[in-house]
Amino acid sequence: MKIKALSRSTVAQQPPGSDSAKLPRNLDPAHHPFERAREYQRAMNAVKLERMFAAPFLCQLGRGHVEGIVSMAKDPSSLQRFASGSADGVVKVWDLSTKEQIWNATAHENLVKGMTWTKDSKLLTCAADKSIKLFDPYNTQPDTAPISTWLGGSAFTSLSHHRQRNAFAASSGVISIYDLERHTAAPEVLKWPTQTDTITDVSFNPIETSILGSVASDRSIILYDLRTSMPLLKTTLNFASNKIVWNPMEAMNLAVANEDHNIYIFDMRKFDRALNVLKDHVAAVMDVEFSPTGEELVSASYDRTIRLWSRDGGHSRDIYHTKRMQRVFCARWTPDSKYILSGSGDGNVRLWRANASERAGIKSSRQRQALEYNEALVSRYGHMPEIRRIKRHRHIPAVVKKAQSIKNEELAAIKRRDENERKHSKKQFEKRQSEREKMVLAREK
Amino acid sequence: MESETAIAVPTATQQPNGALAVRAKTTLRSKAEQAKVKRLKQADRQYGRGKKIDVRDVRDKKLRRNLKTLETKFQAAAVKAKDAEILLEHTSGFLEPESELERTYRVRQADIEDDVALETAQKRFELKLDALGPYVSEYTKNGRELLLAGRKGHVATLDWREGKLGCELQLGETVRDARWLHNSQYFAVAQKKYVYIYDSNGVELHCLTKHREVTHMEFLPYHFLLATMSINGQLKYQDTSTGQIVAEVATKQGSPVSMTQNPYNAVLHVGHQNGTVTLWSPNSSDPLVKLLAHRGPVRSLAVDREGRYMVSTGQDMKMAVWDIRMFKEVNNYFTRAPASSVSISDTGLTAVGWGSRTTIWKGLFNKERSSQEKVQSPYMTWGGEGHSIERVRWCPYEDVLGIGHADGFSSIIVPGAGEANFDAMEVNPFETVKQRQEGEVKALLNKLKPEMIALDPNFIGALDLRSEQQRQAEKDLDAPAVDIAEEIRNRMRGKNSGLSKYLRKQRKKNIIDEKRMKVDEIWKERQEKRSGEQKEKTKELGPALARFARKE
Repeated sequence: MKIKALSRSTVAQQPPGSDSAKLPRNLDPAHHPFERAREYQRAMNAVKLERMFAAPFLCQLGRGHVEGIVSMAKDPSSLQRFASGSADGVVKVWDLSTKEQIWNATAHENLVKGMTWTKDSKLLTCAADKSIKLFDPYNTQPDTAPISTWLGGSAFTSLSHHRQRNAFAASSGVISIYDLERHTAAPEVLKWPTQTDTITDVSFNPIETSILGSVASDRSIILYDLRTSMPLLKTTLNFASNKIVWNPMEAMNLAVANEDHNIYIFDMRKFDRALNVLKDHVAAVMDVEFSPTGEELVSASYDRTIRLWSRDGGHSRDIYHTKRMQRVFCARWTPDSKYILSGSGDGNVRLWRANASERAGIKSSRQRQALEYNEALVSRYGHMPEIRRIKRHRHIPAVVKKAQSIKNEELAAIKRRDENERKHSKKQFEKRQSEREKMVLAREK
Repeated sequence: MESETAIAVPTATQQPNGALAVRAKTTLRSKAEQAKVKRLKQADRQYGRGKKIDVRDVRDKKLRRNLKTLETKFQAAAVKAKDAEILLEHTSGFLEPESELERTYRVRQADIEDDVALETAQKRFELKLDALGPYVSEYTKNGRELLLAGRKGHVATLDWREGKLGCELQLGETVRDARWLHNSQYFAVAQKKYVYIYDSNGVELHCLTKHREVTHMEFLPYHFLLATMSINGQLKYQDTSTGQIVAEVATKQGSPVSMTQNPYNAVLHVGHQNGTVTLWSPNSSDPLVKLLAHRGPVRSLAVDREGRYMVSTGQDMKMAVWDIRMFKEVNNYFTRAPASSVSISDTGLTAVGWGSRTTIWKGLFNKERSSQEKVQSPYMTWGGEGHSIERVRWCPYEDVLGIGHADGFSSIIVPGAGEANFDAMEVNPFETVKQRQEGEVKALLNKLKPEMIALDPNFIGALDLRSEQQRQAEKDLDAPAVDIAEEIRNRMRGKNSGLSKYLRKQRKKNIIDEKRMKVDEIWKERQEKRSGEQKEKTKELGPALARFARKE
């Protein structure tokens, strides 16, 4: 008879002198009962932990501005420097590592509407006082006079620097391209032939560097090509847009922040329909920006909140607000896409985490592993009702909540009216218009 | 002769008429590729999680893409798990006859003791406790500690491998059952009137006055539920982490005879006086399933760890093997006396204690085979020394069977009983105090809710395919109950087809629920009506012509 019985020695399990015992695994499903249920439970714990650790607000920078902040600009050559301009014409430059201001100047007489950094780290500002000024914040004392000044025919609203050339675009009634190498030369002027209204915002495409986009108060989005010095196309939406930004990773895509509370993402090759409509704000969207990865967006709104979006989701993934934050006029990603800066009507520059429950700092590999595992669990069981509820739960200010409910009611009423109209008219034979096409009023080429 | 040729030519299979069908090799697959495909299949069978989705049928591009990535991920995981088998350290034990004359059931414990390692041989021992027996015994989940409870009030815990006594209690009253809770630090004892919880030092922590005259207990480790069954048939679930009573169910079947849990889905199996076995979860006041297993009280029950097979023994001197996913009897065996206790090991060995003997069966069921064959002789036997056996329990992860009997406790070596390779992240037989403490916290964090107990434990995370309307209807408690008779009549398409189809399918199974009873009633009614009609017709035609009456 052949006989063998199991024999495991305790010594083999933990050799003498060693302080770590063996942890053998056996992946046979019979050893792991209730794996689905237990995994679900772990996902539930993970999502609760994530909400528990969510603390988006970090701090405000220095002592802020005296007046509301209306514009912001990041220095593209630095990870930690950026400038903010306020409604009283004061411009300040901040350092993110010390969270203090490093330079300031009273640049203009009123609202500093637009700012941008040049390639050699100088700061361009423009305002409604019909002037554009060039400062050197890193090498001059605070409150020094500008290096140079350009005077325009009408109030300036926005500035955008070319990615490679030493030139920048300034918008007023027209778009003027100034060459920084020839200070005295008259600017090149770009204009849609029939346009008369003010251009609110202008933005150079960072990849297709000769393409320039603009939004105007006549509700239009116009694209120009610098190589031909001609406008490319004009699309009119139902409402005016406040801001136009390009996706830094997908050169053809752009987002506009609209007065109708929505953000629209367009493909510039196909303007008859939006790629995506981001709906959640309950007041006009004042500012929008793509994250440096091009995957996410941040938006600032007149409803006193900041929202974070995924490029391909229709609703925001997070909402940031504080009791003291007033109308938010600008929000920016830091270049490492880990933080968010916001400037609001109360004059404070605030720093937020881009991911509310993430913590900076070095993590041990076990901690990192656990976090990654939790993330994977939440994404796997994210469709389960309870987990989804916890994941999406946010405290929303009462005002916003109220506004949301009023807005929903209004929208439902409009929809009901439309449906009734459809029922009793010829419209019932027409195809329903897609939500992504509704905002486009007219297109011209 | 023919069979020999069949063996000699591996590609040929023998037909029933004796012809050899030679499979021609038509594929251009290389040997290596074939081996790879075979390995993939093996990995899928062993480590896969169900059927694959055919992504080619999915129209939505985005969904198709996502599903495809998921499928490849699952496949890769299965293959990796298969590859990781190389890391398994141990192989399970065995008892193999070397010649045709040898029989494994002839092997005595003394022979085994001579042939195995010294460390293993020490695992065979006897505890002579003849004053306060009979004893019930329980091992902890990792097999480290042993709990002994004598009927007359003697309770002891011990680290049986080291022979260290944990605590010893003389309770001075009847003890009907004892169970470990989630680890070796706590245990529950069903005493004369109430259930008590003690800690590892034998200090009484709780007296559960809600549980009266309990005869059987089970602890559901992943749900932290202590389920007790009282003499009057009350089934109670108590959450041992919060102290809340989760559910109280009246089984309405008289006093129960046996109880066990299905480790796969935490459903309780209760054996009754009338030979039925009922399955219970804390979420329903009626049994999930009721099956007739024996023609007499069901003395003992056991379920294998994967929840596929149940072995029950009855007063009718039978041992029945059930497929509890199909609810079909697989086989039944005679026992020479009514078996008092049955237990299934991790590798599927079944120990049956009857009279003063214990028989160990191998291969009563095999999940790999589609049809189970009847085993002719047992794998091992033990006893016959006059100790009437109270309870048999396998020690997890060891080749050891613990037998509690009237005169104490015996631990015997059964080669091939224990799972050779444990998963230290799940249950660790060598765990340190620190690991035990951490494990306790983790287990509490991952505690499952009682609502998650169902026959299919994987229903969580699955898509609810009911329509919104249906879901709302089922939520509405005030809605009138569904009339089963009406429902079945409505489903009838052809003449009588719904009813007969239902019956045809149900009669194969041995399940009797409310619906089945109702259907049987309708069926009987119809039969009677029909035979009445027939009688009338024959009466009309008279005795000579009656045979020509048209039948329907």
